[in-house]
Amino acid sequence: MRWVCILFPQLALDAVLRQRPDADEPLVLLNGPAQRRVLQAVNPAARELGLRAGQSMTAAQAMSKGFATVDYQAAEVERWQQFLAAWAYRFSAQVSVHYPRTVVFEIESSLGLFGTWAQFEARLRQELTDLGFRHRIVAAPNPVAARVLANAYDGLVVPDGEALQHHLGQLPVDRVGLEPSVATALSRMGLRNLNQVQNLPRQALARRFEASMLKHLDTLFGARPLALEFYLPPDRFDVRIELNFDVQSHQALLFPLRRLTGDLSAFLCGRDSGVQRFDLHLEHAGLPDTLIKVGLLSAERDPAMLFELARGRLEQVQVEAPVRGFRLRAEDLPSFVPQFQELFDDRPQQTLPWEQLRERLRARLGDDAVQGLRFQADHRPECAWQFGVDKQPCAGLPSVQRPGWLLTEPQSVPEGSARILMGPERIESGWWDGDDVRRDYYLIQSRTGQQGWAWRAVGEGGPLWLQGWFA
Amino acid sequence: MGAVVALDTLFNGGQVWKGRPAPPAASPQPTGHAALDAALPSGGWPEGALSEILLAGPGVGELQLVWPTLARLAAAGERIVLVAPPFVPYPQAWASAGVDLRQLSVIQASERDALWAAEQCLRSGSCGAVLCWPHKADDRALRRLQVAAESGQTLAFAWRPLSEAVNPSPAALRIAIDAKPAQLRILKCRGGLARSAPIAFAVGH
Repeated sequence: MRWVCILFPQLALDAVLRQRPDADEPLVLLNGPAQRRVLQAVNPAARELGLRAGQSMTAAQAMSKGFATVDYQAAEVERWQQFLAAWAYRFSAQVSVHYPRTVVFEIESSLGLFGTWAQFEARLRQELTDLGFRHRIVAAPNPVAARVLANAYDGLVVPDGEALQHHLGQLPVDRVGLEPSVATALSRMGLRNLNQVQNLPRQALARRFEASMLKHLDTLFGARPLALEFYLPPDRFDVRIELNFDVQSHQALLFPLRRLTGDLSAFLCGRDSGVQRFDLHLEHAGLPDTLIKVGLLSAERDPAMLFELARGRLEQVQVEAPVRGFRLRAEDLPSFVPQFQELFDDRPQQTLPWEQLRERLRARLGDDAVQGLRFQADHRPECAWQFGVDKQPCAGLPSVQRPGWLLTEPQSVPEGSARILMGPERIESGWWDGDDVRRDYYLIQSRTGQQGWAWRAVGEGGPLWLQGWFA
Repeated sequence: MGAVVALDTLFNGGQVWKGRPAPPAASPQPTGHAALDAALPSGGWPEGALSEILLAGPGVGELQLVWPTLARLAAAGERIVLVAPPFVPYPQAWASAGVDLRQLSVIQASERDALWAAEQCLRSGSCGAVLCWPHKADDRALRRLQVAAESGQTLAFAWRPLSEAVNPSPAALRIAIDAKPAQLRILKCRGGLARSAPIAFAVGH
């Protein structure tokens, strides 16, 4: 049991279905030239209408009209296979897409991390079901045997060569991956299963058939290794979902968005990286795409969080035209560093760390909404504060009285509404940067007892200007 | 007629259990103002709850009331979040009051988003104290803040106009600040009768 083969029996159909919120409605995939459209695959709801794969489109339309159609695209199937390989890359470094609609990967070396095979298989099935792909899983001592057994079994585990011999021997000759002409020839010789073929003398087989047939049988039983080309994950993520209708509100985009962020997260888990910036493209007919940039302060990959952040950005965008397509692109994939959490946290309810909370706030309120505050060494009050965070604690502050609140714009104090308690304190600064200030500051108290900080320019009369509150 | 037994012998023999007034437990969240601590039933701010501070206008010592608490929390490494403050916090004054500015975060938000942001911060449980200034918060909004503070076990402070004192509020503690004379009045406190006598609160400079 060293290799796992996961076969996706209806990869093309699943890839289309998982992008549609209404997966239970009748849907068929169409293939073939425009003159003669043929049903490539049908989902269960369409099968209940009497539609079958292989029917012509005209025959199908004669039976029913209430089904949706999507064009079958071989390139799409290829892309989804690559995506599933990226997903499987999380579990093993040796992932192969050698066989179509299939992912084969080595597993023995990973079981130490993921636990027993039963646990691991349950996990694989759970994740694939969540992603929306139907699957058959078989584990066998070599990749070819795993692939061949996946034709006939689901959930089969072949621990060693003896069991492999047993299971493979029962397979009919036309199901073991031999060339059709060879399989036909064997069955015409009266050989129904692989056991019978194996019992024949090797020399006789070598004389009657081409060398490739014995080679295939040898790799199948593990006597001959198969050199597989392994999958290398790309260093960017780019997935597009075409919407089959004009979308006017962001509500209808939430389902595709959840799929896209979920796929991004599965991809990132496979690469053990996070994402710090990604773009959402809203495609319109005849207009340039609307681009939504989602930026994070640290690398993240939790699907729920990515979805929530992207949703926060998406909800605020107003588009000029209906949306026809939806695309997610992530180029910058830094390595993921898990959150540092203390073992003995004295705050048991701490469910959301500050970093994630900050991202959530920024997603809804804007990128600059959450700021730190730092002291700037300047005597002018309006220059004495800045947004930002100091690395060191600020030290050596002058021990003078300053108000806790500062008004952004000074307000004039009506004559006679306040009396001066203390002052003046002269602040004269800023001659070097053209923002010259010469002011006398007073501590004032209003009739209602509020204490403020007000100034009057040196050498001028007129009202006091209130600049702060001693709160 | 039973024998007359002196009380002292009974007490000394340990045969009679005598209740003693238990000293109040030290609150985990003292306000830093001794007179106020003494007046509050828990000896400090109600833990994991909303405290409402009512004032007629700015500049009556509303920050000095909480600065000792904020300084203590910041020194313990807790985060202090100001949600949509009405003015700019003057760093020099806050630092002089002992608040570590590195633990301070200011969230700029509109009136409507401010309540949402405050609730998120409270609910997350990753902040030590959340300070907000709801201007037109109704009973429901305040109740949400109170529930969020409970679920996140976070101190919540809300500054509101004094005119709201006549309306009921779900806050665990309501304190009104009077400027003339400078005093605090406890309008409501959970876990005890609100003390009717005002507490002197000198705004020091």
